[in-house]
Formats: sequence, structure tokens, C-alpha cells
Amino acid sequence: MSPPEPRLKLLHISKRYPSVVANDDVSLSVMPGEIHAILGENGAGKSTLMKIIYGAVKADSGEMLWDGRQVTIANPAQARKLGIGMVFQHFSLFETLSVVENIALVLDEPFDLAGLAIRVKEVSERYGLPLDPHRRVHSLSVGERQRVEIVRCLLQDPKLLILDEPTSVLTPQAVQKLFETLRRLASEGVSILYISHKLHEIKSLCDSATIMRGGKVTGDAIPRDETPATLARMMIGRELPVCEAPPYHGPVHPVLQVERLSLASDDPFGTSLHNVSLTVNAGEIVGIAGISGNGQAELLAALSGETTVDREAVWLAGEAIGHLDAGRRRDRGLVFVPEERLGRGAVPALPLDRNALLTGHRQGMKRWGLVAFAKAQAFAEQCIARFDVRCSGPGAAARSLSGGNLQKFIVGREIMLAPKLMIVAQPTWGVDVGASAFLRQTLLDLSRTGVAILVISEELEELFEISDRIAVLAAGRLSAPQPREQADAESVGLQMAGLFNEGNAAETGHAPA
Amino acid sequence: MHLLEPRAQPSQLMRWTAPLIAIAATLLVGSVLFEALGKSPLASFHVFFIEPLTTDYGWSELLIKACPLILIAQGLAIGFKARIYNIGAEGQLIVGALCGGGIGIAYGETGGAWVLPAMVVAGAIGGALWGAIPALLKTRFNAEETLTTLMLTYVATHLLSYLMHGPWRDPEGMNFPQSVMFGDAALFGLLAEGLRINSSLWIVIFAVLAFWLFNARSFLAYRLEVGGQAPAAARYAGFPARQTVWFSLVVSGMTAGLAGVGEVAGPVGQLNLNISPGYGFAAIIVAYLGRLHPLGIVLAGSLMALIYLGGEAAQLSLQMPAAITGIFQGMLLFFLLGADAFIDNRLRRRAR
Amino acid sequence: MLDYLPLILAGTLAAATPLIFAGLGELVAERSGVINLGVEGMMLIGAIAGFAAAAETGHGVAIGLPAGALAGAAAAAVFGFFALSLAANQAACGLALTIFGIGLSAFIGQHYVSYSLPGLQPIAIPLLSDIPLLGPALFKQDWVVYLSLVAFALVAWTLAKTRLGLLLKAVGEAPDAAHAIGYPVIAIRYGAVIFGGAMAGIAGAYLSTVYTPLWVQNMSAGRGWIAVALVVFATWKPTRLMLGAYLFGFVTILQFHAQGLGIEVPVQLLAALPYLATIVVLVLISRDRKLLQLNLPASLGKPFLP
Repeated sequence: MSPPEPRLKLLHISKRYPSVVANDDVSLSVMPGEIHAILGENGAGKSTLMKIIYGAVKADSGEMLWDGRQVTIANPAQARKLGIGMVFQHFSLFETLSVVENIALVLDEPFDLAGLAIRVKEVSERYGLPLDPHRRVHSLSVGERQRVEIVRCLLQDPKLLILDEPTSVLTPQAVQKLFETLRRLASEGVSILYISHKLHEIKSLCDSATIMRGGKVTGDAIPRDETPATLARMMIGRELPVCEAPPYHGPVHPVLQVERLSLASDDPFGTSLHNVSLTVNAGEIVGIAGISGNGQAELLAALSGETTVDREAVWLAGEAIGHLDAGRRRDRGLVFVPEERLGRGAVPALPLDRNALLTGHRQGMKRWGLVAFAKAQAFAEQCIARFDVRCSGPGAAARSLSGGNLQKFIVGREIMLAPKLMIVAQPTWGVDVGASAFLRQTLLDLSRTGVAILVISEELEELFEISDRIAVLAAGRLSAPQPREQADAESVGLQMAGLFNEGNAAETGHAPA
Repeated sequence: MHLLEPRAQPSQLMRWTAPLIAIAATLLVGSVLFEALGKSPLASFHVFFIEPLTTDYGWSELLIKACPLILIAQGLAIGFKARIYNIGAEGQLIVGALCGGGIGIAYGETGGAWVLPAMVVAGAIGGALWGAIPALLKTRFNAEETLTTLMLTYVATHLLSYLMHGPWRDPEGMNFPQSVMFGDAALFGLLAEGLRINSSLWIVIFAVLAFWLFNARSFLAYRLEVGGQAPAAARYAGFPARQTVWFSLVVSGMTAGLAGVGEVAGPVGQLNLNISPGYGFAAIIVAYLGRLHPLGIVLAGSLMALIYLGGEAAQLSLQMPAAITGIFQGMLLFFLLGADAFIDNRLRRRAR
Repeated sequence: MLDYLPLILAGTLAAATPLIFAGLGELVAERSGVINLGVEGMMLIGAIAGFAAAAETGHGVAIGLPAGALAGAAAAAVFGFFALSLAANQAACGLALTIFGIGLSAFIGQHYVSYSLPGLQPIAIPLLSDIPLLGPALFKQDWVVYLSLVAFALVAWTLAKTRLGLLLKAVGEAPDAAHAIGYPVIAIRYGAVIFGGAMAGIAGAYLSTVYTPLWVQNMSAGRGWIAVALVVFATWKPTRLMLGAYLFGFVTILQFHAQGLGIEVPVQLLAALPYLATIVVLVLISRDRKLLQLNLPASLGKPFLP
């Protein structure tokens, strides 16, 4: 008997974009029933490779073999016909449509919503992914949305399932459930391509791994036989950098106080805040864990002043500022790094010096209503030098920078405003490992100079690395912050799912009654 | 069907050559059009673009038509940068003309030197108020300014028509829908014997300089630009959005109102139903063609004025309907928008 | 007053008809995420094309409406090239189309200024038209009025009940997601925009071959813009669009009967009524931000580059 054919084999795939080579001579193969990891950090070319397999992007060169036969996949519909299903990182769902309508849109069969709803229920129950087919997607949690994507693939009887960073939006418990589902699918003969940069997940789930860096394959491995350190070395080419958190010895006094903040969301698809209370002291970093969509956007807007609230709901250094807009709060020493860098933290088409002006104009860059552009340029140059922003200079458009470098610029700009309080959302989203470590260390160093820092992040590991205290925001309610030493991923994960520790909440009076 | 892909860095070269490409494309399609109508393109273009400029009178007419276009476009450009789309400058022009013209009718014969300045101020205020209505509707009720400004233009047109058919009609005008001719006190002084160019030119020159300074150096202009390009960034920085709406619409209404006074106290000399051949709409094209830049607008306004002049000349010597002006204007804006697509994008390369 | 009721009702239906066609077309385009402010221009192009075809062939409305639809569709395709293929600013492209359409229709219309067409005879629907008072008003109309009801039913059914309707909504809401699962976003938007153009063309041809029926420069007189406003008023729902169209038909027709009804307001000011009503209606609907946000196609007006 000859050895079985690989389900999918890629040979020498290359893809170039105007500014980068996304894939350079990439080859790999996946057997039926194999869970195969594609490991690499942000920008390594994993997503492009998956889009090529799924027919959403065309490769410049290279070959693809499916069950031993050469194929060219022109579009996603053809990929689905072959039996390739994809669960997207940023979900490809339509918010105002129902679950079953979303699924109907990808199925190549007569349009019959009622019949499909029954099948959705069957399949979702068989695989332990319960779903109500008639709910509108905007009312679903992030985890439920992922279920919709997975069920959508399963209804097409896939032979290969691609998952792109599927756990970045899940609680630790939900990750375990997902893994069970995936192992079951693999045991039924489905091949799985699992894209991630999370080393321990790959170690616990995957049978084999292809490691990518800068668009090239840098190694193949059996994850069980490796340590996170050896995998990391293949992934980033050196050891994983570690942050240092020195103790703080300065005076401790509250800088940010949030008192019983409640806020109805403006967004019909948003989450309202209920009775949120929180204190951040000088010299500490408080981390707020939780999955986006649980009131993060609303809390950030209420703290930054983009949404104004009751006067006495927010205090900065002893002054009630809830009623002040973002500009007035900034005048009093609050700075903010939002999760959307392009379009919110910076104006995409404007050069860096004009983006320095955005919040830096307070540093004497204007006089009688006129702008001193030379000062804005000097400020931008200083920021670029001090925070190691790789770019062509202060004249580079914000959108021409990589995610990490733009984030360094925005964080740097805000730090140069000499804040009392810094609020940071998702500090390292889409940022490569080196820049991430730099940014985390920068925040730690800043806090030790007496600045109060509030970090909102989906990355639990990150919060455990830099926070002094950690709270959880779920369904618009904030748990009581716990010192990092007393918190563990397990309990924080449960809280992220909305199961607050009632005893703890009652003691401190922070959580809702 | 996907023709484009984004550039890493916007092309500065395209930003400034796009208008030239648009003009060239318009001329090209225009010559096809002339050819189809059985006219020689070259001769037609000569009539259209060269002949009007062979006399002093022609140059004076060019300025007369360019002035209102430039003035209105300066105001509109401020709003367009902030992505506030006032497309009802025509209505603001009419209301400005009515406010100024009302004073002209009442005091043009009898009043002193104060009459003209009073008309200018009244026109500016009238236009600004007509622009303030959509600003109020947008900030208070979230109503789209594109539609409200345009609807108010129709309202202004009917208001003008009512006044011309009713209370303000010249009693000795044989029932024509028009007012009395204004007296000297209500007219801008002529700058040269035998030409129609008048002293309202100074207002326009002053306005261009003021807008240039505002755009080049003021922090407010920067705030408007941020508000237009990235509303979330403006909110993030704490730039009030309402102020942007009010400022954009009131300033553009004001410049349109001023242009209205310039017409009725200038070449028209009275109120009638034809005080503007669509300057308020053409100025939208002028603003974009001039790259929303005060000096670019001067060039673009002059070109647009030439298209108007050429249209009139074509009517006389080529027996072509003056509506050809509108065709050229529409094509010009289309091609400009098309060429602008290549500032931020480039042609997609085929996968090899 | 009662004597005028049948006249006013009959007039309302006829005056609403162009708004229904143009409005339904724009509604479909906007559902797919494209705002086309060129409705006024497409209507005028449709009006002159329909008029010219009817006048030249002598076949009247039967050839006028298809010609108008074709011309409107062609104009929309030009818009589509700039706004979709080149991803240019949709609002500005629509404006260009309107300016172009006003100019082009006036240019061609020059030849037809003194023409007039026979128009259409009303068709009485048996039984229903015998109902006293309302019968002759509502059920004795020309066939294009009935066609507008058919168009409404088709559009409403397609949007609510078919895969195509779902797809339009999906593309209008999240073009990136639609692209990711393999739908040709731009092609779908072209289809919606061209449909919108054809419908605007029919609306224009109705004006010039049935409603007036003669060619007057700029004869749409802002109806295209009112149709755009109606789509907002309708919160992108066909049934509400019909309601709005009839409301505006009523306001439009009111001015012709004002004197008979004893309303002593100068005609020029009464003529401004539909435009003022548009503003009032926009304000009423827009003040409820959440209602708008819930129904607004999320990507409306945003160019899509995959």
C-alpha cells in the first residue's frame, strides 16, 4: 500500500505586494485528519497564505495540490466546493442579518431559510456549539459569532478547515471548548490549518507546525517535541524578550477615580455601562481584561471625554471632570492611546508632524490662533528619535508606517505631553514581538515615574506581564481589581465570561448588586 | 472590475496634475462631441477658449464671471475640507442678493455713500443666515446638509420668484418679473471706461488673501481638516464637531451671499430671475478643481469663467445651445474625480 | 372641498408616480451601499431620451419609457465607472452626474421645445372604478401609475424574500465580509446602481411623455433630490417609501387646487411647499439617530477597494 496522499500540498507559493513580499517560496503539506499549525508573528505572511488557499487572493507563482491533483482556486466559492472552509480572524459576518441568513449567503444551494434553520440547529448541537438560528448577529457575543462561522463551514462538509487566530477573542475556557471541537473534527478525518502566534496553544493542540518569518518558511516542527523557547526562536529569530517591572517608591495617591459610572450606549449595537467604579493610583498600572464588545469602547470614550458623562462620575487628581470634553480633560493632564491607530489616534493621510499637532498643540505650537509648524516638526522629530519610530521622517504619512511604529509614535506623542494619567487600549494589537516588548517596557518605565496608567487589553498574558492590579470588564460591569499576584488566568477567564466572584464583589462594593 | 490598489504614500504629483489631466480629458471628449455635431473641434475650441480673450472687454468679462465663482468656492472649500457638503450655495447667493438688493431698491436712488456698504453687509448676513439653517438642522436634528442646503435653494428660487412677481416688481416694468434698476449709490463703481469690471474686485482679492492666510496657518483650518478626514480623530483630540458644521456652513453661506450682492450691485444692476447662471453649483467644481486651495481656486475659477464665456460665444457664433456649458462642467468634475482616484491609488498590476 | 377630493386624490397618485420609480431605484442602490446623488440628472436624461424617442418614432409612451430607462441606466453606468471602479467620492460623482444631466438634457432638448405628445388615456379598472368618489380617483389612472405599483411589489418582494435581496443588504452593510466570502461586491453594486438609473430614467420619461407631456428644460424641478430624501425618510424600506411618495404627491398637487380650496397664498410660495416639506420630513426622521443607524446600510457612501 502506498502512503496516503496529503489533503493539501503547497509548492513554492510566492506573493508580492507593492511594498512587501508577503509570501516567498512557501511550501507545506497537510494530511487528512492532521491539525497543522502555521506559526508566525504579525506580518509573517500567514494570513496572505491562507487567503491564497481560500481563493481570496491570487498567488504570483507556485502550485497547489488537492488530494494529489493540481488545482487553481480562482475564488472562495470554488474553494468551498472543493471542501475548504475558513473561519476568519475578523469575522466575515453581517451584523444586521440573522444567523441563518448569514449562513445561507455562503451555501451554494436553493434558498430555503426555514429548512436551513433546522439543519443549523442539528449541526450546532452535534458539535456542542449551540446556536439560535434566528438571532441577529449583532446581539451575539464574540464567542457565539465564532460558532456561527464554524457551523457555517461545517454545513459544507469541509475536508479542510482553516482557522485564522481563532482564540484571540476567546476566554481561556472557551479556548478549551474550541479545542475539543477541533480534535473531534480531526478524528473524523477533517484536516485543520491552525494559524496562531500563541506558542502554548500550538503545543497543546497541533500535530505538526510550519513556522514562518518575513514571508518565508523558517522551519517545520513537531510542537510536542519543542519548548516555547525553541519555537519562539524559530518564529522571531531570537529569544523572547522579557519586560522588567521595578518596584515603585514614589508617593501613592489616587489620580483617576471613577465613581458609579453608568452610561447608555449611543450605538444600537453597543453595550451600556453599569455602575463602574475604579481607582488608579500614581505609579501603578491597572489592567482591564475582557473581550471587546463588553463595554470597552463605551468605557474608553467616557474616560477620554469623547463621550461626556455626569460631572462627578470621573475624577482626575481630585477634580470632577466627567462633564468635560476630551480637549479639556487633556488640558488637565489626561492622555489616551486608542485601539484604532489610523483614523482615531492619527489621521491616516497626514504626515507625522501634523499628527503631532493633533494633541501636541498644547505644547506651545500655536499663537493667536496660528500654528507654528516648525515647533510641530521639532516635536515629531524628537518623538521619532526618542521612541525609535522607524519611518522616513516627520513628513511620512501616518498610514505609511507599520502598526508597531505608528503605535510607538502615538504612545510617544502622548508621553511627551507629560501626563498625570495615561489610558491605553490594546497597546500591542497587530504589533510585532520586538515592538510589543518595547511598548510594554515603555509603559512600565513611565508608570514608575509616578504616572497613573490604565490599560485595556484582550491579551491576558500582556496584562499579567505589566499590570499591578487587574480587573475584568464583562457585559458592561467591572469587577474589583485584584493585585496581580493574587489573580490567575483561570479566575480572570471565568470573570471574562461574566461569572463574577460574588463574594469578592460584595466585599469591595465595586460590582453590581 | 477592480482597477485600483492603494499606494503606500499619497502621490503629491497626482494631486496637482489631476486637474490638468481632467481638463485634457474634457477637451478630448469635447472634441469628439464637436466632431459628432459636425463642427471642427479646433475651430470650436478657438471660439470657446481663445476668442473671448482677444479683447479687453473679454478679459473684463472673464473677471466679472470669475469673481463670484472664486468667492463662493473659497467658502465652499472650507466646508469640503471638513467634509461638510454645502451644495446649496446657489440659494445662499440668491438670499444674499435679495437682502442686499432690498436695500438697493429702497435707497439706491436717494441714499448716500452708506448704501453700498450696507448692501454688502446685508448680503453677507443674508447668505450666512441661509447657510445657518442647515447648520442648525444638522447640529440639532442630524439632518443631512446635502439635502437641506439643496432644498433651501429651491425655496430661495421660489422666494425670489415671488418677490419679482409681487411686492418688489418694478411698477413701470411692463409686468416683467424684475425690480427697478438700482441707482448709483447701490452699484459698485466701474474700474475702467467701457468695461463692466467693477470695484467688487477688491473684495474678492481681499477674500482670497484672507482665506489663504486662514488655510496656510490657522489652527482652526487644521481642526476642520482633521474633522473632515478622520472624524474619530477629531473627537479623540477634543475638536468640537458642531463648531465645524456651523463655521463651514455660515462662512460658505456668507461668501455666496457676498457674491450675490456682487452680481446685483454689479453687472446685473437690479434684481431679476436670472441673477446667477448657476454660479453656486459651478463653484463646487471650482473648489475641487482648485484642490480646495485658495490660490488653486483662483486659477480654477478663471477657467470656469472661461467655460461660461465660451458657452456664450458658442451660442452666438456656432449656434450651439448655451447648455453645452453644463455638459463641459459635468464632464470636468467627473474626470477630475476620476483622476483624483490616482492620488491615493494606482492601477492594479495583474498577477503574473 | 368634497368636490375637489377625487381630483386631488387622482392628481396625488400621478404626481407620486415619478417619485416612486426614482425612489425605489435609489433605495435599491443605497441598500447596496452606494449613494447616488445624480437622480435628478438621470431623471432629466431619461426625460429627454423618452421624449425624443416617443416624438421621433411616433409610438408614444410605449417606446418612451424603455428609452428613458435605457438612457438612465447608461448614465448610471457612467456614474458607476467613476464611483465604483475608480472608487471616487460618491457624493461628488452624483453631483457631477446631475450637472451633466441638466446640461445634456437641455442641449438635446433644444430641438424639442415646441413639440407636444398626446399623453395617455386613463384605464378604468372594472368594478373598483365604480366606487363613488374614490373609484374614479384611484382606479381610473394611466397604465404607468399601475406599473409603479407592480414595481413596488417586485422590489419589496425581492428585498424581503429572496437571496438577491439578502445579498444586496449584505454588500451594503459589510462589503469586506461579502468580498471575503467570495461575492463580487463591485459587480453587485454596479447592478444596483444601474437598476437605480433605469428606474430614474422611467421616472423622467413619465414626466415628459405622460405627466406634462411636453419637454421643458429642467422639468424634473428637484424631484430627483426629493426622491433621495424620500429614501432617508423611508429608512430604506419600500413600504414607507410609497407612503412618503404619496405624501409628496399630495403636497405637490395641493398648490394647483389651493385657490379652489380658498387658500390665499401666492402661487410662487405654494410652489416652495414640497421643498419645505422635504426639509421638515428629513428633520423629523433624522432626529432619531438610533432609528437611522439601525436601518442605514452601514457602508453607505464609502468607496470599496478590495
